[in-house]
Order: sequence, then structure tokens, then C-alpha cells
Amino acid sequence: MATTSPTVRTGSALPRWARNLALTLLILYIVLLVGPIAGLDAPRIWQSIAAEPKTLVQVALVGLANGSIIAIIALGYTLVYGIIELINFAHADVFMLTAFMSLTVLGAIGVDQKSSSGQIFVGVLVALVVAVLFGALLNASIERLAYRRLRNAPRLAPLISAIGVSFILQNLGLFWGGLRIIFPVMGVNAAAPKTFPQLLPEGILFQDGPIIFRQKDLIIILASVAFMIALRLFVQYTRLGKAMRATAQNRDAAKIMGINVDTVIAFTFLLGGGLAGVAGLLVGLYNGTIVFNMGLTAGLRAFTAAVLGGIGNITGAMLGGFLIGLLAAFSDVYFSSRWTNAWVFAILVVILIFRPLGLLGEAGGEKA
Amino acid sequence: MKRTQWLVLLTALLMLAVTVACGGGQTAAPAAAPTTAPAAAKPTEAPAKAAATAAPAPTQAPAAAKPTEAAAKAGPSATIKIVSSLPMTGSSLGQTQTVVNAIKQALDEAQSKACNGAVTITFEAWDDATAARGAWDPDQETQNANKAAADKSIVAYIGTFNSGAAKLSIPILNQAGPLVMISPANTYPGLTKPGKGEAGEPDKYYPTKVRNYTRVVPADDLQGAVGASWAKQLGATKVYILDDQELYGKGLADVFEASAKKIGLQVLGRDGIDGKAQDYRALMTKIKGLNPDLIYYGGITQNNAGQLVKDMRAAGMAAATTKFMGPDGIFEQAFIDAAGKDAAEGVYVTFGGIPPAKLEGDAKKWYDAYKAKFNAEPEAYAVYGYEAAKVVLAAINKSCANPTDRKAIRDAVFATKDYKGVLGTWSFDENGDTTLTDMSGSQVKAGKFEFVSTLKSQ
Repeated sequence: MATTSPTVRTGSALPRWARNLALTLLILYIVLLVGPIAGLDAPRIWQSIAAEPKTLVQVALVGLANGSIIAIIALGYTLVYGIIELINFAHADVFMLTAFMSLTVLGAIGVDQKSSSGQIFVGVLVALVVAVLFGALLNASIERLAYRRLRNAPRLAPLISAIGVSFILQNLGLFWGGLRIIFPVMGVNAAAPKTFPQLLPEGILFQDGPIIFRQKDLIIILASVAFMIALRLFVQYTRLGKAMRATAQNRDAAKIMGINVDTVIAFTFLLGGGLAGVAGLLVGLYNGTIVFNMGLTAGLRAFTAAVLGGIGNITGAMLGGFLIGLLAAFSDVYFSSRWTNAWVFAILVVILIFRPLGLLGEAGGEKA
Repeated sequence: MKRTQWLVLLTALLMLAVTVACGGGQTAAPAAAPTTAPAAAKPTEAPAKAAATAAPAPTQAPAAAKPTEAAAKAGPSATIKIVSSLPMTGSSLGQTQTVVNAIKQALDEAQSKACNGAVTITFEAWDDATAARGAWDPDQETQNANKAAADKSIVAYIGTFNSGAAKLSIPILNQAGPLVMISPANTYPGLTKPGKGEAGEPDKYYPTKVRNYTRVVPADDLQGAVGASWAKQLGATKVYILDDQELYGKGLADVFEASAKKIGLQVLGRDGIDGKAQDYRALMTKIKGLNPDLIYYGGITQNNAGQLVKDMRAAGMAAATTKFMGPDGIFEQAFIDAAGKDAAEGVYVTFGGIPPAKLEGDAKKWYDAYKAKFNAEPEAYAVYGYEAAKVVLAAINKSCANPTDRKAIRDAVFATKDYKGVLGTWSFDENGDTTLTDMSGSQVKAGKFEFVSTLKSQ
């Protein structure tokens, strides 16, 4: 892939392998220098893995479950980027608002842990439908109001617009959290984290020492993989999916071929918002806490996952999400949780040095 | 056609902006606890404001008639201002609103007058938090301090709530007079005590070499140590220590760690958490493997303490086998709301003082007056807001000759000796620290904090 990249060609007179070698040595040097401060102590890590190998399995399971959540959010980023090359910073805040919507719906229906499983099922289903519709419509109206006008403007303009929308949504979340009089589930304090009812089945599927695998871990992993496959198939095989790919490749040519580009883009935002709705409900149910500024961190990790996997690539976003989830969990346990974010982003930098387009990214190739 | 579209867009944005602006206002309302609180607070503001607007008129009239006399008496009547800088946006609001209420209460009792009515005092509650952060913001605090430094009518700065914020505003106010600061809540030792913080602390905060910062709460070198000895009393032998990587939380965890080692507790490990992470299950898996009987968390609710406790319980560390202890940073209802009643059950907290409902003597009278006035329970720090405002009032009363002289007010505040306040009789030591050392321990029972015992610091 890199042979087509202009930076490599004009960069230096050295052959590619020599440059890569030099880079690798430099990175190794930095890692060996800084690593120990950040908890990279190979003998100690090896010892603790050898002492209790089952912990490693549990770390992998936690990482997979967290990765699934990151991946679902990352799908929304990658979908929109694939079509109009806009990093939709507001996406993570749409996700946050859908979580608030789910909590509101669940609170209004009045289901909690003590309800019968039938009631819980209906409640969660209603919450899912409402959250998905809400997220989809919100995302599409953001596109209509804040991005469409700027579609032919310089690329930074819609980006700044997206950041602005993100702030507006955060404040809406804060406002929503203060509506205790209308929605008692919101608790005493507007900005405090809200606790979500634990409605997913907590039953333990498998337990062995430190390994605890619950039904809800399985549900969340399966859900995210299912959504990824469905999305992939949709984009690959349906008429609308083809129209999306055509729009992604060349908007003008797509227009000439009779594709209504505006509709296709609006639909992409609907789809992305719907996915944010799924993620909002799942995160609430799985982690059990939502807060008005949770979009920021979730969005940062998800965006990183999308870039890591190759932004615009659906499978890549999924892969990136799982990788980041696993890495963060591993770092929490074996390096130092103080340095987890540093490790995650250091790995991102390293991967991007060698594969600037991400793990599965291809130059100008498959998008969406 | 295009113009109408733009108009529609513009109106939509305006409506959104209005909604958000209202949001800012309304978020303040519900958090003041019951809905009646804002209504009760309003009459409080009214007289203060009326006084502020009315004051200039009588001042000017005699001054015009007898200019020489007015000048000779050196400011017999003046309007001065006290400000507070506390995080009023974000989940600290539950605490800070009651602190502001208590300050207003103290001023109302004096009818916003000092020096036998010659000096009129106005009060403004500033916010050092931003919505984007949901907690105190360094830029906002710096801005507040600069604003206070520039406004010559301001004679005292009540704040800050977070120790990290104090680090920024102390040096600014130190070079502005110095303008005296009284914190109702900062507990990081390095702000005042030599040798208890990092190298160069606390002198680096006082560029003019004159101290201008005092606090009415005991510092964390006491709270951390008390926490460790309480942990031992509760039967813990192996502890794991976490902090939220902020000045306050890390400082406390450091003291806890040092004291725990000193009194023979085994420290299994020490880690910092990312306050914005989605969950801590991996970390809790690791901690569970080490099998501690107590986890100490140095930090605040806003750095995800609720999720931390949730994940701890989910990893299989039940309240009966593994205790969770935190400092006053999680001693608020918002923590129990965030963690959920089930997970929060049994959590222990230490507090550098006595919880409002357990106060005795004068403090009890204050507690009853507060409840009558605002129709709400004061949070833990409210009484310190009241005490801070009282100290400022006393200092103004001592410098009636020149009530706008910041230096004189500073000297008077620092000279506070054997002061009979609602917390008892206490003094400021040469560092500006209170001589009070009463601490208390509470525990979550059935979704509420319940007082367990007073803790003595050795």
C-alpha cells in the first residue's frame, strides 16, 4: 500500500526497509527508555501471568466485551467518514443522548431488576426501538442543519461545525439530567452520573478462579458482531448499500448515474444514529452508569478504533475496537492503569507509522 | 427561498441556545436539594441586592454636603464585596450550593452590614466550573482570580472547593494586595504546610512571601492518617490503594499509604484510575487476585467513584469481605446515586469534621437555622462556608478604619485567635491552618450516609 503513498517516495533517499528498520530501532529505544516508568517490566509481567494464567483469560474476556462497545460506536464514525469524509465529532454525544433516552424510557415504563423477565424483555425492546429512532432522527437532523450546507465548503468548516454540535448536545445532556421533576430516574443532581437499572441477565455462564463469564458479556459481544455483519452485508448487497458505496467513491459520478446523493447521505446519518442508539442502550445496561460527558472518552476511544482499523472500513472499525479494548484491559492489569491511555495511543502511533491508512485501510479503495 | 431557509435555521439555533441557557439555570435549581430551596434563597438575595443599590445614594448625599468631614473620617461608609469561587456547574453543585447558602445565611444574620452599619457588604457566588468539564476548570478559576484581583471593592475570596484550583488562584491573589482567601473545603496539605507536599511547596504559591491563604477545614495529612488507623480498627490487614490522579486524591492516597505502612497494614499495591474511563473491570480483576480486605480510594465522586464501586462488587468483592473506604470527596448523596444503593451499601468515608446532622452546641443551632431558612439538608461542607463567612465578617469589623484595605483584612483574618465559632473554639496557626482536628467516619446504610464514630488524629 505504501508504494502509492507520496510521503514515502519523497521522504528520503534510503530504501524502504532501511527506513523501517531505523524507525523500529527508534521506537524500541523509546519503549525501553520510557516503558519501565509506565509499568513495562517484562519479568514481573511474565511472573504474574505464569502465577495465574487464568487472569489473562479474564483480561481477554473483559477486553472483548469493552471492545464490542467501542466497536459499535466506531461503526458510526467510520460509516459517516466513509461517505463524506467528515469526522462526525457529534456522534459520541448522540450516543450519550440516546443513553439518556433509554434511561428515560425505562424509567417511564417502570421496569427494574425486580420486574418479571417478560416485563424486562418488553421494556428493553421498547427502549431499544425508541433509542434507535431517536438517535437516527437526531443524527439526520444534525446533518440537515449543521453539515449539509457546508458540504462543498473547505473540509475544516464542517469539522468545526461538528465540534460545535458536540458541545450543544453535551449541554442538552446536562439539561436533561436535571429534569428530575419530570423524570425521577435522573436522581438528585443534574450532572452526577445516573445509575441504570441492571436488566441484562447476570447469570454466570462459566466460572473458574478469576474467570467470570456472564450472560451479559456474551450478549454484548454477540450483539456487536451481529451488527457488524449485518451492516457489512447491507452495504455489500442491497441497492441502497451500493448507492452508498457509489457516493463514497465519487459523488459527482454517482449523481450522474441517477443516485440521489442527498438522500443517500441522509440515510447514512440515520443508520449511524441508529447504531449510536443501540450502543447507548447497551452501554447503559452493561456498565450501569451514564453521565452527560461520557461521549467524550467513549468517542475518543471509538474514533481511535476507527482510525486504527482503517477509517471508512467496517471490519476495520470492529477490529480496532477489539484491539483497543484488549490493550486497555491488558494495560490495566499488567502495566499500570495510570498509563493505560498513554499505552493505547502509543500503540496507535506505532501502527500508523507503519500502516498510515490503518490496519485494513486501503488507499482510495473500499469505503463504507 | 434561500433566505427563509436560513431564517428557519437561525431561529432553530436560537431556540436551542435558549434551551441550553435555561438548562444552565435550571440545573442549579434541582441540585439545591428540594425544589423549595431556590424559592427560599431568593428573598435572601433580595435584601442584599437592595442594599447594594440603595447604598450609594445616602453615601453620596452627605459627601456632597460635607465633603471635608467625609474625607477626614477615612471611609465611614463603604460598600465592599466578598466573592466565592466554587464549582457550580457539574455534580459538585450539590455540595457547593449549600456552601453558598451558608455564606448568604451568615451575611443575612449580619444584615449585610459591618462596623455598626457603616460598611455594606455585597456577595457574589462565582462559578469556577464549565459544562464541558463538568467540574472545576483551570481556565475558569484563573479567570475568576484575575477578576477578583482587578476589582478593588473585593476584600475576601471564599474558595476554592478543589485543591488543584487553589494552586492556581493563590499566587494570583497573593500579588493583589494580598487578597485574603479562605477555603471552606481544600484539604491538600501542600497548600500551607511545609514538608507535607512536594518540593518547593508551599512557598512557591506565595511569590510575595506574605501568606494570604487560610482554610477552616483540617488538611489531609490528618484525614489520610485517620483513614488508615480507622481501617486498622475495622479489622483490615491487607489494603489496596487507588487514586484519581488529581492533586487532592493523589495527595490523600499518598498520606494513607505512608500511614498504613507505619501502623503495620500491608499495602498490596497502588494504582491510579482514569476518571473518565467507561469501566474498571480489568483493574478490579487484578485487585481481586491480590485478595485485599480493604480498598482505599483517594478521589472525588466526579472521577467515576460510583462506577469503581459497581465494578468492584461485580468482580466478586462483596461488602462483607472487602471494604471500600474513601475520603470526604465521596461524602455526598451524588456518590450513592452514582454507585446505586446496592453497590454503595457498606462503603466507609472519612470526613475532616462532623457531619451536619451530628453537630452539637452552637453548630446544632446553626444546623437548625439553616434547615429552617432553606428548607433543605446542608451537605457536609456547608458549615465551613458559614464559618468562613463569619471569619471574614469578624475581620472586616476589626478593620473599620479602612474597610477596603486588603492588607488590613488579611492581617485580621490571620490574627484569628481562640475564635468562638460554630465549630468550637479555634485559631489559625501561622500557616493559615485551623487548629481543629475533629474527624468523623460514616458508612452507607440503606442508601444514606450514617455517622459511625468520631475519629481522633494522633
